[in-house]
Amino acid sequence: MLLIHCPYCEDDRPELEFANAGQAHVVRPSHMSEMSDEDFEGMFFIRDNPKGVNLERWRHIHGCGRFFNAVRHTVTDKFLKVYRAGEPRPTDAELAELLK
Amino acid sequence: MTRIPARGSRLGTKTISFTFDGKTYEGIEGDTLASALIANGVHLMGRSFKYHRPRGAIAAGAEEPNALVNVFRDSARRQPNVRATVQEIYDGLKAESQNRFPSLAFDVGAVNNLMSPALVAGFYYKTFKWPAKAWDHVYEPFIRRAAGLGEAPTEEDPDHYANRYAHCDVVVIGGGPAGLMAAKCAADKGNSVIVCDENAAFGGWLLSDTDLRVDGMSGAEWAAAMVAELQANDNVRMLNRTTGFGYFQQNMVGLTERITDHVSRPAPDLPRERMWQVRAGRVIIAQGAIERHMVFPGNDLPGVMLAGAAQTFLNKFGVPVGERIGVYTACDTAYAAAFDLYEVGCEIPVIVDHRTEVDAQILKQAEDLGIEVIKGGHISEVTGRLRIGGIVVKSGADTEREWDVDALIMSAGWTPSLHLSSQSRAKPVWDETRGIFLPGESPQACICIGGCNGTDELADVFAQAAESVGGKAPKCKIEDDVSTSGGMSGATGDSLQKGKAFVDYQNDVTAKDIALAVREGMHSIEHVKRYTTNGMATDQGKLSNMHGLAIAADLLDKPIPQVGLTTFRAPYTPTTFGGFVGHTKGSLFDPRRKTPIHDWAAENGAEFEPVSLWDRAWYFPRRGETMHEAVDRECRTVRETAGIFDASTLGKIEVAGPDAAAFMNIMYTNGWDKLKPGRAKYGIMCREDGFIYDDGVVGKLAADRFHVTTTTGGAPRVLNHMEDYLQTEFPHMRVWLTSTTEQWATIAVQGPRAREIIKPLVKGVNLNSESLSHMSVSECEICGVPARLFRISFTGELGFEINVAADYGRSVWEAVWARAEPLGACVYGTEAMHVLRAEKGFIIVGQDTDGTVTPHDAGLSWAIAKSKPDFVGKRGLQRPDLVKAGRRQLVGLKTSDPKKVLQEGAQIVANPDQPIPMDMLGFVTSSYWSGTLKHSIAMALIEGGFDRMGEKLYVPMEDETIEVEVTGSVFYDPNGDKVND
Amino acid sequence: MKKFNVFSLARETLRGHKGWGKQWDNPEPKKQYDVIIVGAGGHGLGTAYYLAKEHGITNIAVLEKGWLGGGNTGRNTTIIRSNYLYDESAGLYNHSLKLWETLSQELDYNVMFSQRGVMMLAHNVHDVQSAQRHVHANRLNGVDNQWLTPQQAKEFCPPLNISKDIRYPVMGAALQKKGGTARHDAVAWGYARKASAMGVDIIQNCEVTGINRSPDGKVTGVETTRGTIGAKQVGVVAAGHTSVLMEMAGVRMPLESYPLQALVSEPVKPCFPCVVMSNAVHAYISQSDKGELVIGAGTDSYVSYSQTGSLHILQHTLDAIIELYPIFSRMKMLRTWGGIVDVTPDRSPILSKTPVQGLYVNCGWGTGGFKATPGSANVFAHTIARDEPHKINAGFNLDRFKTGRLIDEAAAAAVAH
Repeated sequence: MLLIHCPYCEDDRPELEFANAGQAHVVRPSHMSEMSDEDFEGMFFIRDNPKGVNLERWRHIHGCGRFFNAVRHTVTDKFLKVYRAGEPRPTDAELAELLK
Repeated sequence: MTRIPARGSRLGTKTISFTFDGKTYEGIEGDTLASALIANGVHLMGRSFKYHRPRGAIAAGAEEPNALVNVFRDSARRQPNVRATVQEIYDGLKAESQNRFPSLAFDVGAVNNLMSPALVAGFYYKTFKWPAKAWDHVYEPFIRRAAGLGEAPTEEDPDHYANRYAHCDVVVIGGGPAGLMAAKCAADKGNSVIVCDENAAFGGWLLSDTDLRVDGMSGAEWAAAMVAELQANDNVRMLNRTTGFGYFQQNMVGLTERITDHVSRPAPDLPRERMWQVRAGRVIIAQGAIERHMVFPGNDLPGVMLAGAAQTFLNKFGVPVGERIGVYTACDTAYAAAFDLYEVGCEIPVIVDHRTEVDAQILKQAEDLGIEVIKGGHISEVTGRLRIGGIVVKSGADTEREWDVDALIMSAGWTPSLHLSSQSRAKPVWDETRGIFLPGESPQACICIGGCNGTDELADVFAQAAESVGGKAPKCKIEDDVSTSGGMSGATGDSLQKGKAFVDYQNDVTAKDIALAVREGMHSIEHVKRYTTNGMATDQGKLSNMHGLAIAADLLDKPIPQVGLTTFRAPYTPTTFGGFVGHTKGSLFDPRRKTPIHDWAAENGAEFEPVSLWDRAWYFPRRGETMHEAVDRECRTVRETAGIFDASTLGKIEVAGPDAAAFMNIMYTNGWDKLKPGRAKYGIMCREDGFIYDDGVVGKLAADRFHVTTTTGGAPRVLNHMEDYLQTEFPHMRVWLTSTTEQWATIAVQGPRAREIIKPLVKGVNLNSESLSHMSVSECEICGVPARLFRISFTGELGFEINVAADYGRSVWEAVWARAEPLGACVYGTEAMHVLRAEKGFIIVGQDTDGTVTPHDAGLSWAIAKSKPDFVGKRGLQRPDLVKAGRRQLVGLKTSDPKKVLQEGAQIVANPDQPIPMDMLGFVTSSYWSGTLKHSIAMALIEGGFDRMGEKLYVPMEDETIEVEVTGSVFYDPNGDKVND
Repeated sequence: MKKFNVFSLARETLRGHKGWGKQWDNPEPKKQYDVIIVGAGGHGLGTAYYLAKEHGITNIAVLEKGWLGGGNTGRNTTIIRSNYLYDESAGLYNHSLKLWETLSQELDYNVMFSQRGVMMLAHNVHDVQSAQRHVHANRLNGVDNQWLTPQQAKEFCPPLNISKDIRYPVMGAALQKKGGTARHDAVAWGYARKASAMGVDIIQNCEVTGINRSPDGKVTGVETTRGTIGAKQVGVVAAGHTSVLMEMAGVRMPLESYPLQALVSEPVKPCFPCVVMSNAVHAYISQSDKGELVIGAGTDSYVSYSQTGSLHILQHTLDAIIELYPIFSRMKMLRTWGGIVDVTPDRSPILSKTPVQGLYVNCGWGTGGFKATPGSANVFAHTIARDEPHKINAGFNLDRFKTGRLIDEAAAAAVAH
């Protein structure tokens, strides 16, 4: 069972309090109807699914109820960073730094 | 009964009586079943898996592969595959041997042993293929009966189990010298500590070693002093009989504590086991090391055992394992065992040392005692049938000598226990000089100390233990510490060619089997393991894995690490299912949600159906009524008079805030701008893919407030879906979402006399159609309590839905019922509700839609706002496959024979005479007998259904073909006059 | 290749089994092949076998990062059935079931295909509707599947608790009598042995690190930890690692990889005669020929390549098992393990050509790929050999996520297994 730090509650809580909400930073365009079928497929179906650093969303569903983002390594399952929804995606340089 | 009174660190004084295979024996308090049986001269305790060979205890602890017995208290409390070396005896314990017929001493299954030359590793892959059908009916049943060990219980388990979570600074797995010292040092620093040990007593190897002195105390005395000190510390929790069975992510360790299995008459309130899930700042693994056996022909006869086990039986339980005991070793520790046995009067005719170089001091000791040592020798044969009787020893070129023995102790060295370390994802590291794997660095906060870290000298162990918790070890004076170094892995003598030299005892894997696997191209250790089943028995290879690996590596002429090490998998020792389950069974298996009106329904004879977590009143049979009759009556009464229905399970979400309407515009396909406060609307929710996700009636209470209802099962995911969009896509919107499902009790009153029923109870709103028309909502008072009254209908009749605070639910329900009953109205359940709504063509999401149906497919195009620039699902609905012709569309069906009720899920074809596989046009989603209409009705999803009105189609059933006609889906009051009454 | 039968076994028994040869070779990789298959699981080895046997292509390398059969082939609970709802699925899985029925004879290797019956339980009215929809659709598709009352279900599986008092009482069951189990390792080994005998190079300990393409975009081969290997056609059959491999060719996939756990009990004498699955209560159980209860758990909720899962997932699984089979409470878990399952948005597999010429992909089997092994391998071999899908796998293409023509078994019936 993962131990997850909620950036809103600022506490480590067991995974049972959370729900994974899939890949982070998938952009829903404001003018959806202008999207091509390929772009729609990219947004709705295609996933990074990386072996390594993954940017993913969690919801503290049985806690504060907030959605937030996390950087987690998918081989060790270690959390490298959590940050609130709406905060920018860490840059590649920042991610490389986290991995050290 | 043989006992050495001066020995036995674990023995009490009380005599205890128990039975094995029906015969009564006596043991002493503190005995394990194995020590007590050996004390009674019984070595034969079981039969092996494949060849049914007679077997005795090889080990004295949890690694035991052979001595597995069935222990039972009563017909329900039967426990197969219990290791006799672990089970403590209690007064009245009943045990019996397994996998034998008719008796342990004479087992007809042993015929397999005669067949054994053919039954080598993987033989079953090569045969039993012809004739093809015979596998299921002939070969497999035969193999299945022959395999398996004990028998599964046949009755429900009357015992209960507990589960606990714990947090601490340091958890120590293993309470031998390393673990005890680590726990002490951690506790001295003020840490909270949990220390566990799988045995009844802490002390580990110290309890089996009578030579060792720590600060002048025996090992057992020193351990007792440590335990006393730790127990006195409030920061320390000591858990004996507790196995650390698994290491999970982020320093969570699973422990299982056995509470009653050693007790004669357990208190009924005690759990049998307790599972601990411990999250620790640091995990100290002090699991120790496990001795390896020697691989030689006949190494499985009862009486042959590990030297360390013999030492444990003697020094912990006062039981010498024989009178005339041979020794076969590649490690110094077996000498210590031999000397101990010699000391208590056992004869040691010979020590056969596989090594050519042996420590001179040890040899001198043996010589002083008059024990003959043969260096560079090996045992080529043993004699005896149910117990070892003699050994044949070869040394040098061709000398061959025989000794009579009644026991043989052996040691091929010690394997550090890497189980938990490896589960923490540390990669084992090969130590070439010592020929063992050592724990690698773990990505988690854990440290291995002592025997499981390959550390030998006790002084080093103490230093390491202290360091592992950042503490300081007290200075101890240590004397007569025996080194565990040395040893070998692999087969000895010519056991790769001749005889049966067991590598894995329980699964009957011999050295020759490993060789065969390698010969057949199994070059990865995982292939060797799976092909031979080496290491896959209930001991999970604790004795066998290193030998198997060494034999394979040798034959492949590759270094051991290149052949690989099989993965260590949880649990460390087999762990009871019931312990994982704990309290989560029976009524606590899954929550059961009940509405405020549930008890009234139960009191009034309702049958219930499970719907998601809810129990819903299904129908209310009167005396003697079948379900069909009850539903018929309920439907008829609603249509003719009225009925009341508990709709409290409907999901309810309060959507409030200045941007509430804008938010609703995004979440639902409908438009919400024009809806006036006080009005209600049927809403459809899609996901981005354009398929129907949920539906429900939404009431607009004010410009900034909506009362949203969802399907019963959908409420949590709908709220999550809304929160997701609100928090992450539209965080600027000023909207608040609150789940109110359990805050409101919802009472539907439906039927021509509905208004008459509730009228006297309602204050603050006029119920006539001018002030409260169909599809409207009003905040008012009902029975004197605040209410939200909807004028809506899921039946097609004049209808109201009363929402009051849940706590008032039952009293308002009863007040409504008190009005309804005298008028001849009924209470109805979900089944009648389904029929009534189907007559009216209302869909149920999840029944008439299945996640592949768009609002257009369901005939709900009218509910999609054309002019909205955006809503969730709008783009998905434009995808090529969602707009193309020939999609399955929701239509009504009438059977040509009006009495025939279709089966839900039945498939529909155009031509019933076509060959299989048939071209299926669609299927029946809902189907009922309509008592009102006097014919059956059905809804179906059919390819291009909207264009097939009037067409005849067919439903091929197993025994008949049913003709149907495609119709519209509204069967009752198509103009909707009734609801506007 | 020496034949496997009772005569050869008897002959070898007399000479101490000294005459058995290697079941497959361990060759060094050549510089160039006609076809490279990435992944030596059942599906990959089977693809090589059918390419050689049915399409005459034998200059094939099957590249494996670890040891053959070591991925999900050797980690699953071996349930085999074909009673899927949609025509496409029924076609694919039934094709597979037919191949299973003669696979031991075809491969001269006893894969222990045991048609002991697979029963799927219904616990509420919705389950019943869904199961009956399957039964009817299966019947018209020629797939065996029948509806059982709770009492009939109990007769078929005596340990089942059909009491009305349990949290989710059994309301009936769908039974596919032709369903069952097989010995997973033997499937990989049997295909490997035959493929190797026909000249296929099975190269273990050889991890693919890149996919090479010509300037015009066509596949030219792969980079591996054992050097560059050329081929005009590359089939990726790598389960949980498919996304990682396809990314090397610039193709992004509609896949997510989740941990899936399974467990076995200690071996006991026969006590569970069939396979029983319950989607609603999440319990999947059978008993192996060795006597172990084989139990499938659920997936964790997050993407992971760790091949380990959480304790609470195992707990939930055993909660469900004990709810339905309370007599097993005193049984003990012997071993638990994890695999990585690649899951598509519609829970149906992808057996498809890709936008890259010469690159083919077979993935997305989620929690239920073992049952499809022979059928999947067979039609995937066809897809590679002809450079166009077989009619059985035509619907399982990558394009469906663009057009919306999904094969959504999950939507239609809770969870696909």
